[in-house]
Amino acid sequence: MKAVVHVFLKPGVLDVQGKAVQTALHGLGWVDVDNVRVGRVIEFDLGGEDAAGARARVDAMCQRLLANPVIEGYRVDIAA
Amino acid sequence: MKAAVVVFPGSNCDRDCKVALERATGARVSMVWHQETTLPERLDLIVLPGGFSYGDYLRCGAMAALSPVMGEVAAAAGRGVAVAGICNGFQILCEAGMLPGALLRNAALRYVCKPVALDIVNAQTRFTAAFGGRREATMTVGNGEGNFFADEETLDRLEGDGQVVFRYKRNPNGSSRSIAGIVNPGGNVLGIMPHPDRAFEADLGSADGALLFQSVLASA
Repeated sequence: MKAVVHVFLKPGVLDVQGKAVQTALHGLGWVDVDNVRVGRVIEFDLGGEDAAGARARVDAMCQRLLANPVIEGYRVDIAA
Repeated sequence: MKAAVVVFPGSNCDRDCKVALERATGARVSMVWHQETTLPERLDLIVLPGGFSYGDYLRCGAMAALSPVMGEVAAAAGRGVAVAGICNGFQILCEAGMLPGALLRNAALRYVCKPVALDIVNAQTRFTAAFGGRREATMTVGNGEGNFFADEETLDRLEGDGQVVFRYKRNPNGSSRSIAGIVNPGGNVLGIMPHPDRAFEADLGSADGALLFQSVLASA
């Protein structure tokens, strides 16, 4: 199975990278761009056949290491 | 006084900390590699130094917080041993859950490296007692991700319980409530973004960092 984890700063936590990218996009002429957030994607292969079990394991990985729950939220996608 | 400085791959202030401690306090300082699973006996202070442990991979301090030695550091802190995390060391303590909050990218997206004026908010801690009646200090910051963040409830608790120890007079990085240094509820674990290890002799521009280390010595 393949796991894809998207990690983003929580809403309300200032994303200065996102802000800088937004300013740059505005500078290039895309002036209607708003709310840019820069995150991180982590993908990996995972043993086992049980998608629900895999999701629970990846969730634990996010809590322990892949995300910092103080400042970041995450989304887990599991594919066969 | 007996002290240990933990060395992670990518630490770059470890030797500065050793020299600063030796000169400021006369301490015997052991360098402890992060893969160690034991610490020297009867330590008075453990320092997690500044630098870029593990190249700041994933998040600053995230990998170092899982190093084998950190279990021993947490156990020593639980026994009341003083622990000081400086700069990257502060990030590691937050990632390890030994201090609340997290350090974000600087609000202006710039690495800041300059002397900063600090208010000593709590002069009664094990890290500030030697400042005596002084309520101000100067130390150098050097960070790109020194923007202290915690939710409002945590910030209120930190302030209410006297856990905010140092505050910037002029906030260099966007830190919540201008916080530069905090302690845990037990008062024996300090996280500080400015470098006392870069301010331990007048020739360095300030000797105020020496007072921080001497405070620990006085309580040892």
